[in-house]
Amino acid sequence: MGGKTLYDKLWDAHVVREEKDGTALLYIDRHLVHEVTSPQAFEGLKLAGRSPWRTRSMVAVPDHNVPTTGRNETIKDPVSRIQVETLDKNCSDLGITEFKMGDVRQGIVHVIGPEQGLIMPGMTVVCGDSHTATHGAFGALAFGIGTSEVEHVMATQCLLQKKSKNMLVKVNGPVQQGVSAKDIILAIIGQLGTAGGTGYAIEFSGQAIQNLSMEGRMTVCNMAIEAGARSGMIAVDETTINYVLGRPYAVSGDQQATAVEAWKQLQSDPDAVFDKVIELDGASIEPQVTWGTSPEMVLPVTGNVPDPDQEPNPTKAEGIRKAIKYMGVEAGQSLESIRPDKIFIGSCTNARVEDLREAAAVARGKKVASTVKLAMVVPGSGLVKQQAEAEGLDQIFIEAGFEWREPGCSMCLAMNADRLEPQERCASTSNRNFEGRQGAGGRTHLVSPAMAAAAAVTGHFVDVRELMA
Amino acid sequence: MEKFTVLDGLVVPLDRANVDTDAIIPKQYLKSIKRAGFGPNLFDDWRYLDPGEPGMDNSTRRVNEDFVLNQVAYQGAEVLLARENFGCGSSREHAVWALEDYGIRSVIAPSFADIFFNNCFKNGVLPIILADEAVDRLFSEVSGHNGYSLHIDLDAQNIKTPSGETFTFEVDPFRKHCLLNGLDDIALTLQHAADIKLYEQKRQSEAPWLFS
Repeated sequence: MGGKTLYDKLWDAHVVREEKDGTALLYIDRHLVHEVTSPQAFEGLKLAGRSPWRTRSMVAVPDHNVPTTGRNETIKDPVSRIQVETLDKNCSDLGITEFKMGDVRQGIVHVIGPEQGLIMPGMTVVCGDSHTATHGAFGALAFGIGTSEVEHVMATQCLLQKKSKNMLVKVNGPVQQGVSAKDIILAIIGQLGTAGGTGYAIEFSGQAIQNLSMEGRMTVCNMAIEAGARSGMIAVDETTINYVLGRPYAVSGDQQATAVEAWKQLQSDPDAVFDKVIELDGASIEPQVTWGTSPEMVLPVTGNVPDPDQEPNPTKAEGIRKAIKYMGVEAGQSLESIRPDKIFIGSCTNARVEDLREAAAVARGKKVASTVKLAMVVPGSGLVKQQAEAEGLDQIFIEAGFEWREPGCSMCLAMNADRLEPQERCASTSNRNFEGRQGAGGRTHLVSPAMAAAAAVTGHFVDVRELMA
Repeated sequence: MEKFTVLDGLVVPLDRANVDTDAIIPKQYLKSIKRAGFGPNLFDDWRYLDPGEPGMDNSTRRVNEDFVLNQVAYQGAEVLLARENFGCGSSREHAVWALEDYGIRSVIAPSFADIFFNNCFKNGVLPIILADEAVDRLFSEVSGHNGYSLHIDLDAQNIKTPSGETFTFEVDPFRKHCLLNGLDDIALTLQHAADIKLYEQKRQSEAPWLFS
């Protein structure tokens, strides 16, 4: 009998009961709620005459629809406004904690959860949002669910789940200077493919991962879903504990020492067995840029758009052809020759203060290229915005020609007014480059915050390390 | 939830891999606070040549005649034949609601994204995984056969083609039971309320900070 993986430990600690076929009733500690995937769940609950099992496990925030300008006025789009107002009403009717639009603690659900200390190691965390995987960075089991499951958790505090398989993704050695957490996860997705993690819970480990700050670890776990895995996670260490303690909703007082002792157990045993192990050499990871319409269509910035005629698998070759056509690029074209029209720095992947610092370091003293129509920075929360302003980052961006906006999901998925027009090309720090993701017909290239800033000031994709030299 | 027992359904082939939930139902339609009414905007960016917004009259929009859902032969389809990693991306259950509202009761593909797969079972839609070769065969048969229908029997876990060929498929026993009987799994879980309370008491004594 081998030891347990981190995932095994988290799973075992939350099984309420298990059926013979392995279907388990899994207890959920934290339920994050936003305006888009919750209204139908609240309505279902009400129609069935049920009430939430444990209201205090829930925390809500509007983020997907909120405008990033003119926040003192009401939301102009009436449909968006109704959705946000519906969340406000449901939360006030049921007594659920909500950080409303005017609250400085409002922001992207996956930014504000950790920021408030609502996410602690050892928790099970769910949200009606696939990027819930973010919270696995804390040694937690965190995954996205659909609206029916949102209602199920509200009503029962549990979910019916089958256990996933264990995968270890190990990034050995340190990464090079100028290579960020975003580049690491994009390189992993490039290797695994968008379905490589389907059916697995991924644990990220290795020196490159351990060296990351909590912000960086969240970036990595955030995109586990882009490799097909519902959850990604990282073992607890001093970095984790130091980040959590002292935050408003985190454990305090005489329970703290017991909690920290328990958290230290949250790592895979040395003899734990994984169903699949992938290893990457950290030093060989270069700054990454996606060229196509799936996150697996990614290459080092020094690379060229692939040639579909060289792809032996016909479905894949057709996928490359469709992506090249949609993206308006050519087979063999160098990624450095691609010129974005817009720059978006934000999203649950890259809108924390460290991300903004990295982008500001590149933008400092430079100007956004004249060919770039719009460069915008959307902080992940009101508190991130406040911190960035205290450090003068807003001024660096504004002087360079960026717009400095209010917090929300913004142009990551373009549910608010921030979006690409057809054929517009964007260097984006978000997580999905699907067709139409940032606006119908829009073309998305996923990059790190530093790489997005580099593209902004040079007008084309470039290895950010050249600007740092 | 509507039961799923046996389906005789016209098949519509969607021959591309990694179809994501943004493509199945674009974000602007997620602003609805209802579960119904997403069908007219299923695959909106592919079905129409002009950009769509909620509340638009779709009959006035420019239709993409090349898109398979718009072709006369496939009107009334109830089975969607797809490629690998269908339903990847966002967790939006609206994607399943859109398929269901349009009339799709079953999706056949070599693989599905986890969250989408899960969401199907909550809405009376049966996702079926078949081997690559079987899916290839179905794609070639559909294209050469007008009015190609499949007979899908959930209880027997098999699919019969018009020529009488049979493919069997796997399905999780609990999900099968719920789908065959149209069961509400919240009610099923609440039958174990005492177990949940017991778990909470034990856990709260070990890790009280999780409950503050």
